[in-house]
Amino acid sequence: MQFLLTTSKRVFYAIVLLVAVLVLNFSLMHLAPGDVADTISQSMGGADQELLDQIRADYGLDQPFVVQLGRYIGGVLTFDLGFSFFYNMPVTELILQRLPATLLLVLSAQLLALVVGVLLGVMSARKPNGITSHFVTFLALFGYSAPVFWTGILLLIGFSLNIQIFPVAGMQDVTIEGGFWVHAWDIFMHLMLPMITLASIFLALYSRLSRATMMEVLGSDYVRTAKAKGLSQNQVVYKHALKNALSPVITLAGLQFSAVISGAVLVETVFSWPGLGTLAFQSIIARDTPTILGILFFSALVVIVGNLLTDMALRLVDPRLRGR
Amino acid sequence: MEPLLTVENLRIELTTRDGVAPVIDDLSLSLNAGETLSFVGESGCGKSMTALALMGLLPEKVGRVASGKILFDGEDLTQATPRRLREIRGNEISMIFQEPMTSLNPVFSVGEQIAEAIRAHQNLSRTAAWDKAVELLDAVRIPNPKGRAVDYPFQMSGGQRQRAMIAMALACEPKLLIADEPTTALDVTVQAQIFDLLTDLQKQSGAAIILITHDMGAVAEMARDVIVMYAGRKAEYGPVDAIIEHPRHPYTQGLISCVPHIVSDMSEERPDLVEVPGIVPSLKDFGRDQCLFASRCAHRTDECLAGRPPEKHFGASQIADCWHAEAL
Ligand SMILES: Nc1ncnc2c1ncn2[C@@H]1O[C@H](COP(=O)(O)OP(=O)(O)OP(=O)(O)O)[C@@H](O)[C@H]1O
Ligand code: SF4
Ligand SMILES: [Mg+2]
Repeated sequence: MQFLLTTSKRVFYAIVLLVAVLVLNFSLMHLAPGDVADTISQSMGGADQELLDQIRADYGLDQPFVVQLGRYIGGVLTFDLGFSFFYNMPVTELILQRLPATLLLVLSAQLLALVVGVLLGVMSARKPNGITSHFVTFLALFGYSAPVFWTGILLLIGFSLNIQIFPVAGMQDVTIEGGFWVHAWDIFMHLMLPMITLASIFLALYSRLSRATMMEVLGSDYVRTAKAKGLSQNQVVYKHALKNALSPVITLAGLQFSAVISGAVLVETVFSWPGLGTLAFQSIIARDTPTILGILFFSALVVIVGNLLTDMALRLVDPRLRGR
Repeated sequence: MEPLLTVENLRIELTTRDGVAPVIDDLSLSLNAGETLSFVGESGCGKSMTALALMGLLPEKVGRVASGKILFDGEDLTQATPRRLREIRGNEISMIFQEPMTSLNPVFSVGEQIAEAIRAHQNLSRTAAWDKAVELLDAVRIPNPKGRAVDYPFQMSGGQRQRAMIAMALACEPKLLIADEPTTALDVTVQAQIFDLLTDLQKQSGAAIILITHDMGAVAEMARDVIVMYAGRKAEYGPVDAIIEHPRHPYTQGLISCVPHIVSDMSEERPDLVEVPGIVPSLKDFGRDQCLFASRCAHRTDECLAGRPPEKHFGASQIADCWHAEAL
């Protein structure tokens, strides 16, 4: 009951936040020079003032700002994000086409970074002077300093050009024939490099944090109690200590969600991954305002949903947070 | 009868920034099954280190048993493999810690933590272990044990947590229970209840207890023997009655004179040890070949600074490590 109440409260806040994001995005775009009419006229190879005015009247761009904003928000509430003249299709449809690819990339990269990061952190916390520990320090340095597109290109050269294990670009090989598993494997192979590239940024962050919290937790009284019960090393470390060390890492992962998405824009561009990132890149170049707005809206949505999930995960690992 | 626990010339060394220091120096003791031995002494004199050494849980890389034997049921624990020690811990020897607030894992239910101790040593199903955990919570007098078993530590008071710790320690009916200041963090009324509980449970289970405490009242009431520790060494060791009657070591005398009414009415008030004036030597001075109490002792002579005080025996089994014990 309590859980339902707090969850619905959070969902309500999330909706308010989303509307605020909408208003802000729309206003910012409105302030920027140029509008849809310009885009359309450009794609037609130029137009005179009369035609421009005609287009503006047709799409309601001559209306006052507040009316346009109201219409836009009204549209969003009915899942109508407008029409992209550049791609010549409704923005909602366009985004829904691209969203799965981005979600796949973002979630798998987060998962990889979390699992590997935490494991490295735990191993180096158990042996602070061991080889894993030095590796984590090196990795952290690398993760902080190497730009993500550089890592991506390096991996591409290494593992698709020199040693040809992984495909160079895209998400699927359309020439492949076969059942579900054949395609799944194909997508998996395409996913590897972009996923590793995106994960590399956060891997360092998570492994550093989990090493620090794990070292603290391993020295705590309840870990000593667990040892005093006669539990095995692995039970002590992976059950008693790890469950306590997870909370800060999950919190950090939640906070990083927006960073992962902006990282995805770069990674998708490097690997021509057909997700929202490449779409964002292309629509910014093409000044396709409705699409840009739509992508911003969906990114905000993903971040907010990510935060809600983080919250739930935290409650799962830490009973002290339940009922709050 | 063969004693349950015999410690022979135990020396525990800690490696610190200042070098290696003997935190426990030449400690010998013996404890029979079902009896209670008490450890008293000022903060930092090595009581917890002794307890951890018995459990094989000295802080890794910092502490080690340098020499001596810990014979438990005839087996030398200082030579036991890590695997054998795990079998013994929580099963034949278990321990209750000083800080009930932090000694339970905050993210597992109390019932799960007790049941886990049972499953670690007995071949019981999850539900059977859980049922036994509930029984144990009942045995340590937690009301509505079935309902409380699913509670998390943060939902319990300090006294209840310490009861849960006791339940966990007794889960596998150990032969030896080490209670390291089990009541220091609790308020006075709860302290009395915990001591009563320990006494009752000892009668039922027949476990031997090592009781580390500052509560001289509890020592007098519960323990047969007492070891007074000072700076990592034994100051005096023997039957509680004999030592309270006639303490032979100046440090013991100081401790007991701080609680004058201890013999008259022990159970009404529970006087804690008050600090004897002066400063305890720091860990790096623990190894010096002199009486470490000398800087605070009114009976000091040149002899005391020249060498370690010898053991002097009184009566059947009272031992005081002091150059001038006979005269005191
Ligand atoms: N992990 C450690 N590393 C280095 N020194 C330690 C460590 N743990 C304890 N010590 C030192 O060992 C000495 C003995 O500590 P111990 O915990 O056994 O004291 P104690 O008699 O139990 O005191 P208290 O009554 O405060 O619990 C102290 O001087 C302490 O500073
Ligand atoms: S040996 Fe000397 S200094 Fe030490 S306690 Fe005895 S009388 Fe005091
Ligand atoms: Mg202690």
